[in-house]
Amino acid sequence: MSAPITLITGTRKGIGQYLAEHYLRQGHQVIGCSRTAPDWQHENYCHFLVDVTDEAAVQQMFAEVRRRFGGLDNLINNAGIAAMNHSLLTPIATVRQVLETNVIGTFLFCREAAKLMQVRRKGHIINFSTVAVPLNLEGESVYVASKAAVEGLTRVLAREFAPLGITVNTIGPVPIETDLIRGVPAKKIEQLVARQALPRLGKAEDVAHVADFFINPASNFITGQIIYLGGVN
Amino acid sequence: MKDQIINLIVDTLQEMNQSGEFTYETDTIHGDTPLYGGIEGTLDSLGLVKLIVAVEQGIQDRLNITVALADQKALSQTRTPFRNVHTLADHAINVIGMDAT
Repeated sequence: MSAPITLITGTRKGIGQYLAEHYLRQGHQVIGCSRTAPDWQHENYCHFLVDVTDEAAVQQMFAEVRRRFGGLDNLINNAGIAAMNHSLLTPIATVRQVLETNVIGTFLFCREAAKLMQVRRKGHIINFSTVAVPLNLEGESVYVASKAAVEGLTRVLAREFAPLGITVNTIGPVPIETDLIRGVPAKKIEQLVARQALPRLGKAEDVAHVADFFINPASNFITGQIIYLGGVN
Repeated sequence: MKDQIINLIVDTLQEMNQSGEFTYETDTIHGDTPLYGGIEGTLDSLGLVKLIVAVEQGIQDRLNITVALADQKALSQTRTPFRNVHTLADHAINVIGMDAT
């Protein structure tokens, strides 16, 4: 059996890098992307320099993936940005940036990945939300709106892609020690964590565990689901 | 150019037929083969989606051009450009912006 081909966005650092290395250890052929080059490499890792919001560049990347690897088994839409600010102080430029990366970027990769996956009538797509959505976290209106959109996309795409043999699910992590929350005040993080049933920061391996579950072939009957970490619902 | 696109669509239909996606009689696949809509159209909406994706990939492979054949304009036309192989080829040429001769 040939190695699964897994594409992960935002692999230069953080959870994306962790997931890439996690699946490389499991023998996957991993394809990653980011706007700037990573400072790590692996013989079974192929990196593309691409902005996830650039339609032409993303299409070019998928054409190259198809030529080089012949298909795709898994897509993990990890790339995302956050914006923490009171709505009254949030510029529209920030709103556009967050929506473009989190919503348009996710949609674009889902669309292009499904085109490759449907040829083999199988595939798994994992999107990323956040517990900030069910917690209606104040100070993150734009980020929450973008991730709520990702959840909506997940549910609709799950139905559209089901006849093509493709599952679409979403992971909603709690705060994890990454650059994404570096600018968030410690007190704010403590307050958020206290609202979880399991009050601790998340770890990259918590995310990897859910991803493993979603891409497991035994999970082929599970689609359109959003799993939050930390006991949030 | 039109012959090239028609051949591409016919080849795509043949391949999808062989893989069990469609159930055309092999010798009925040619320029006039009905695709979608009207009385004669044999593809359902999902079949049309699969065909368009495959034709877009074929255009990318053979002509190195990235196209979107099912944009809002195409979908809102009174007479669908996806009626048969000929009309799809005309539509593709129009989208690509090439001379049909």
